[in-house]
Amino acid sequence: MRVRLTAVLLVGALALAACGREVGQDTADGDPDDGQTAAEGGEEVSCDVDETDGDLLLYNWSEYMDPDLLTAFADEHGVAATEDTFTSNEALLAQIRAGGADYDVIIPSDYMVAIMIEEGLLLPLDADALPNTDNVSGDFMSPPYDPDLTYSRPYQWGTTGLGVNTDATGPDPEATWGWLFDEQMREGLRISMLDDPREGMGAALYYLGYDPNTTDESELQEAADLVANNDQIVTFTSDQFTELLIGGETDIGQGFSGNFLDNFEEDNYVYLIPEEGATIWTDNMAILNTTSSPCTAHTFINFILDAENGAQLTNWTWYASPNEAATEFLDEEVRENPSIYPDESVRENLYFLENTGEAERLYTDLFTRAQG
Amino acid sequence: MSVLEMPGAGGPDVAEDSLARPRRAVDRVLAGNAWLVFAFLYLPIVVLIVYSFNDNQRVGIWTEASLRWYGEMFGNARVMDALRNSILVAIVSTAVATVLGTAAGLSMERYRYRGQRAFDGLLYLPVIIPDITMAVMLLLFFVQTFDLIFLATGIQFSRGLGTIMLAHVSFNISFVALVVRARLAGLDGALEEAAADLYANRWQAFRRVTLPLIAPGVAGGALLALTLSLDDVVIAEFVSGAGSTTLPVYVFGALRRGVTPLINAVSVLMLVGSILLVLMSLAVSRGRESSGG
Amino acid sequence: MSTTVPPPDVQPDFDTSPPVHGAGLERDAEKAASRRGFLVGLPSYAYLVAFFATPLLIVVVYSFASRSVRGATVLTDWNLRSYGRLTDSLVLTIAWRSLWIATLTTLVCLLIAYPFAYYLSTRPARIRAVLLVLVMIPFWSNFLVRTYAWRMLLGGDGPFTRLLEAVGIDGVQLLFTPTGVMVGLVYGYLPFMILPLYAALERLDHSLVEAARDLYASGWQAFWKVTWPLSRPGVIAGSILVFIPSFGAYVTPEILGGRGSTMLGSYIARQFIGSASDWPFGSALSVAILVVMMIAATAYFRAGGKNL
Repeated sequence: MRVRLTAVLLVGALALAACGREVGQDTADGDPDDGQTAAEGGEEVSCDVDETDGDLLLYNWSEYMDPDLLTAFADEHGVAATEDTFTSNEALLAQIRAGGADYDVIIPSDYMVAIMIEEGLLLPLDADALPNTDNVSGDFMSPPYDPDLTYSRPYQWGTTGLGVNTDATGPDPEATWGWLFDEQMREGLRISMLDDPREGMGAALYYLGYDPNTTDESELQEAADLVANNDQIVTFTSDQFTELLIGGETDIGQGFSGNFLDNFEEDNYVYLIPEEGATIWTDNMAILNTTSSPCTAHTFINFILDAENGAQLTNWTWYASPNEAATEFLDEEVRENPSIYPDESVRENLYFLENTGEAERLYTDLFTRAQG
Repeated sequence: MSVLEMPGAGGPDVAEDSLARPRRAVDRVLAGNAWLVFAFLYLPIVVLIVYSFNDNQRVGIWTEASLRWYGEMFGNARVMDALRNSILVAIVSTAVATVLGTAAGLSMERYRYRGQRAFDGLLYLPVIIPDITMAVMLLLFFVQTFDLIFLATGIQFSRGLGTIMLAHVSFNISFVALVVRARLAGLDGALEEAAADLYANRWQAFRRVTLPLIAPGVAGGALLALTLSLDDVVIAEFVSGAGSTTLPVYVFGALRRGVTPLINAVSVLMLVGSILLVLMSLAVSRGRESSGG
Repeated sequence: MSTTVPPPDVQPDFDTSPPVHGAGLERDAEKAASRRGFLVGLPSYAYLVAFFATPLLIVVVYSFASRSVRGATVLTDWNLRSYGRLTDSLVLTIAWRSLWIATLTTLVCLLIAYPFAYYLSTRPARIRAVLLVLVMIPFWSNFLVRTYAWRMLLGGDGPFTRLLEAVGIDGVQLLFTPTGVMVGLVYGYLPFMILPLYAALERLDHSLVEAARDLYASGWQAFWKVTWPLSRPGVIAGSILVFIPSFGAYVTPEILGGRGSTMLGSYIARQFIGSASDWPFGSALSVAILVVMMIAATAYFRAGGKNL
């Protein structure tokens, strides 16, 4: 019995190993040196404006799409539009890497777009089918993660900064990362930082005056030491920074603009974009190269890029729209909020986090150790 | 739920007699402990319920009482879909896992055969493996299996509620089996053997004797399985497909925008629903008991 | 068998050994029983082989693969590198922390759940069922919302901190500490301890305990000599059901823990769906946990003297 069982298991293992290799070729042959991606050999799609070729399946973050907008799209184009939700960029990537994801349009963040492009998971877009791209603000026309917008169109954007309880810091706090790292400023404060190596290390790198995309090991070590030796950091979290701040468990939190701003109803909370520099991020619409209705997908992206639809989305999410033409349709309380739409002077000091290749692992290792 | 009643349904309890003995002090301590445990279990539930009536966007920040989130809950088609998916998956996977897990527990504890040890180990692995590992391996497995099936037969399966159920059953079998075995271990096997001689067939013997004996274990295992299925996020997210978002996955995804009291309201709805179900099954079993003598 | 009522015509003291009609027949009967046992379990085993063991092989295969610079899994370069990293000081720190947190969680659960399950098992049947369901109802709400409620309860303004202050203990931080994580874990896994304990204690013959009380001097001795040994299968099952998930806990430490509370579950999750993106290492960590736990469980059963 035992012998037979072992034999069965062995055969199974061999069969699986063979399967694994097949799948591996889709997901893993993106060695850095073969810069070309699967998409190069893949099919290019050509669609007419507003052409549909099937139903739409959207894979999005929860609470990140006005349901009325989705219904409007379905009605306007006579297709069914379904939305499923994921919980993180990495969970999204894992699903797609494994293959068999049925989705047409996905909403990955900037760095994730770069990774997906490199792994050949995205369909090159047919620019002719997306005339509303003209509505996109010039700031988002050549982002570092997809310089020619070959694979993506921006969906929403925001910044990473500091949420501050002014009861703890005093009124009119200075916009600086010093709140996290300056020993005098941070004294007695309870701090939360993002549980993300690039954002966490990024804050320290800005404070030290280094490039947030540096690959220099000594600079990174210096940044990690700042985090490691900071006893005022009580926790690392990527989704609770607002609750902790408002609930009184922390005095300062590193976090994302929209999440803070949505909830700052009392005067003693402010959102700061530090002057040393801060991170700007975007979430983007992209089409999976396994889509069964590429033209419907294009039509949907074009629909969101429409001025009025883009405004409706932002009025619902309270995240900034990359759609310049949408500005006039925005609710005033959104448009006039400097924390959602920062001034030009602040905008100049915002940086995208770029893929650092080999150094990504260094970021992760150093930050994980610094977290203790 | 009525299965919970089976063990003692036949008559008054000997246990009651034993309590009448002079053990009052011990019993009082035990009762006190029980109250404390219930307080511990329900403390967060009270918080959860209170905050479902909070008007604020954020769970943790109290502004004023309102029914706002209950209104939004019933108006939110996505939340209601997710809730329905969760309940469906939980019920089906619990039912299947309870049957399979009980059989596995019986086979393990009541019989001896070759190869048993290997299966014994296999039964423990799903309990030990971290959720996330199980999620990834099941995802890869489903994708590759469906590809193979497609190549072989031309039939294309896709992930959805079905794959979530399959996944939940595969970890719940072990949990049910473990609880059932804890019940079986040391139970007098003689009764069952006697029953086997007595009744016409083994099924009758099982139904009339063994099942009532192990019912508390089976019920406990089923309750565990139901709970595990309702709470699973990671595995459900990975093995789900189009249109099969479950409630925990929806809630986790919504974290990026913060947890609104909407989710509390959904939880309260589930609590009320399950309490009603329990009351109904108690009423039904009481009715059956009194009419059946 | 007092709490369960067998059909009246069954004699409890029935001869248990099968009647001996000669060695050959007995062997046949044994064979039949063994085949029957195998058949009873077969559907479950088949299911687990198909939907657990086979997928598990994928993880084993992946643990020997490599990670590309970008975090993809390379299935052409097989090696033992991921296993080599298991002795990294960071991994050992996290594993040690997980070990003691899970151990304490299990002990606390046992201490709370044993008297509770005992009390439950001595109630009249109807009340017993109601109480058991009352234990489970809180867990049919949303897990995340429950854990959030705990965050409020453990916070600086929460009742526990207030209580400690009221009795003169100031400045105790519960939230963001391993203690906070442990409270969350005890809460989350308490039913996992209560249910098997209840299942084991409920079948206990209470007249036996009474007899023991007459026999021995103290109630404590009666407990120790009769109740405890008989309930041991429940203790073992409950401890496993609490210890193992606590050891691999992921969400609870993320919400209630803070700096220095990362546990193995979170660390593995980080390899699969986190920034580390290292599936081979995540797989190797998982395989290592499976192997270590299986060895530990076997040793535990041996020590318990019970082949459960």
